Amino acid sequence: MKELKEIVEKNIAEFGFPVVQDEKSNALQWVDLRELRLRYFICIENIKPFFEGLREGKLMATKCKECGRLFFPPQKDCPSCMDSEVEWVELKKEGVLETLTVLFVRPPSFSAYDPYTVAIAKLDDGVRITGWLKGDPRSVRPGQRVKVEVSRREKEGYLMYEIVPL
Amino acid sequence: MSENVAVIGVGHSKFGMRKDVSIPELAWEAIKPALKSANVEQKDIDFFVVGNAGMWSSEAAIPALMAEYADLAPKGSMRVEAACATGNAAIRVAYTAIQSGEADVVLVLGIEKMQESPNPNVIELIGRFGSYFWEFENFGLTFPGYYALHATAYMAKYGATEEDFAKIAVKNHYYGAKNPLAQFQKEIDVETALKSPYVAWPFKLFDCSPITDGSACIILASEEVAKEVDDKIWLISQGVGTGTANLSRREEFTSLASARYAAEIAYRKAGIDVDAPYKHLDGANVHDCFTAAEVIAYEDLRFAKPGEGVQLIRDEQTYIGGRIPVNIDGGLKAKGHPIGATGVSQAVEAYKQLLSKAEPGRQADIKNGRWLAHNVGGTGHYTYITIYGLDKK
Ligand SMILES: [Zn+2]
Repeated sequence: MKELKEIVEKNIAEFGFPVVQDEKSNALQWVDLRELRLRYFICIENIKPFFEGLREGKLMATKCKECGRLFFPPQKDCPSCMDSEVEWVELKKEGVLETLTVLFVRPPSFSAYDPYTVAIAKLDDGVRITGWLKGDPRSVRPGQRVKVEVSRREKEGYLMYEIVPL
Repeated sequence: MSENVAVIGVGHSKFGMRKDVSIPELAWEAIKPALKSANVEQKDIDFFVVGNAGMWSSEAAIPALMAEYADLAPKGSMRVEAACATGNAAIRVAYTAIQSGEADVVLVLGIEKMQESPNPNVIELIGRFGSYFWEFENFGLTFPGYYALHATAYMAKYGATEEDFAKIAVKNHYYGAKNPLAQFQKEIDVETALKSPYVAWPFKLFDCSPITDGSACIILASEEVAKEVDDKIWLISQGVGTGTANLSRREEFTSLASARYAAEIAYRKAGIDVDAPYKHLDGANVHDCFTAAEVIAYEDLRFAKPGEGVQLIRDEQTYIGGRIPVNIDGGLKAKGHPIGATGVSQAVEAYKQLLSKAEPGRQADIKNGRWLAHNVGGTGHYTYITIYGLDKK
C-alpha cells in the first residue's frame, strides 16, 4: 500500500493524474483518493445485563416471562408474545460442539491474530453459541462436550467468551 | 395483467478481472446484446431493475448511472440487494411488476465490479454479510468460514471428505473450460484442488468461488409482447425463503432451511413432483459459492435424499448424461461470482440451455423443457429459486 502511494505521487508529478497501470491488463486505473474509514456505534443499552454478566464470568440470556422462550444472543422482545416482557437468566455454560472452521485467510481487521478457530456449540439450556474455540482444532470433534469460558481477548484486551473442549 | 412472463432477450459480459472497463461500460456489454436479442429498444422498456450489492465499488446509484449511459431515462427503476441472491431478487421485482400489470417490458441488469477494491477489503466486506455483531465483530468470520461451518457439519454427519468436495470443483472447472465467458477456462484435477492452500478449513482455495467482475442482463416481457418473439423462455414459478442472520439461531448446518422452503414453493407452483423433481428438469444452476454448498443444494432441492447428495458427485450424476446436469456453465466456482450478476447469469444460462444455444460440450439434452436456478444470498439468509420453461406451464 505504501508502494502504491509512492507510485501515485510519482504519476501525479509526472503524468498529472493519480493513475496506475494495471499489472495484468495494462489498463489505466484512476486511484481514488477519497478513502473512507468506517466505524459503527452499535447500541447495547437494552442488553447491558449480558455485558455485566460477562464481567462476573456469567453467560446471560433473555427469557420471555410469558411463554418461557429463551433467547441467545439475548434480545429485548419476544415476538411470540408481542406485549410480554423478558427477564435475564444465567446459562449453564456447558454443551456439545456442533461444528467448527479454522480461519486461515482473515479479514484485515483481524490480521493481528494467528489463524483462529470459530465453533458453534449447542448449550444444555437449548440455545446455541458461536465463538472462538480454545486449543488445537485437530484434537476436537463435533459431538464432543465443551464449556464456555469468559476471558480477555489477547490483542484488544476486552472481555469475551470462548468455547473450550472438556 | 399478464400471468405469464417470458425472458425474450439476454446478454452476458465476460466474467473475470475486468480492469479494462468502467462500471457503465461493463453493464453495457450485457445490456446491448439483451436489447438486440429481444428486438426491443430503450423506448420499449417500461421499468428497469439493477441488482448490485456494491460497497466494494465506487458507484452507488447504478440505475441512474445506466439511465444516463444507456439512454434509459426517464423510465422508472430501482436497485435491489439480497446479498449473493441479488440477481434473482432483481428478477423477482421485474417478474411481479409484469404480473401485476404495472409494466409490459422490464430490463433486469445484474452487475458487480468487485475488483475496484483490493481483495483483503472485499474479504472483510463479505465477512460482514452474516450477523455483524455476534459473528463478525468479535469472531472475524469470513464468507468461506460461514460455509465451512456447514461443510464440517456435513462431513461429521455423513462421512463426506475434502476429496468429495474437490470433485465439485473438478466438475465445474471442466464445464467452465467450455464456457468462453467464464473467469476460469481451465480444467483441474482432484489433486490440484486438494493441494491448494487452506482458506477456511476444510475449504481450500479451490473450494471457493473467486472475486469477480461481470454483468448479465435479461429482458422480461408480458405474454402479449412475448407472443411476437420466437426465441424465448417462460418464468414458470419462483419460490423465495429467508433464514436467520446468525447461524447459531439455526437448528442444523447440513441444510439451508430457506432453500428447502423456497424449493417447495417453486416446485408446487410449477406442478413439479417434490419426490423426484429431477425427473421433470433438464438441468439446474445451483449456488456453488463453495463446493460443499453445491452438495447441500442437491439435497435442499431434492435431487438426492439428506446425506446422499455427496454420492451424486462421487457417481458423476451431475455431469451431462447423469441424473441431472448441474452448473454446466462452470457455476460460481469457475464461471465466477460477481455477486449482483450471478442470479441474472443463471437466467441467461437457462435461456441458452433450453433453447439449445449453449457452446459445444456443455449443452444438456432438452427433453422436459424445464431448467431450475437456485440463488442463495448469504449462508441461506435468502434463497431465490426460479424455474424456467420452454412452454408456459
Ligand atoms: Zn413469549
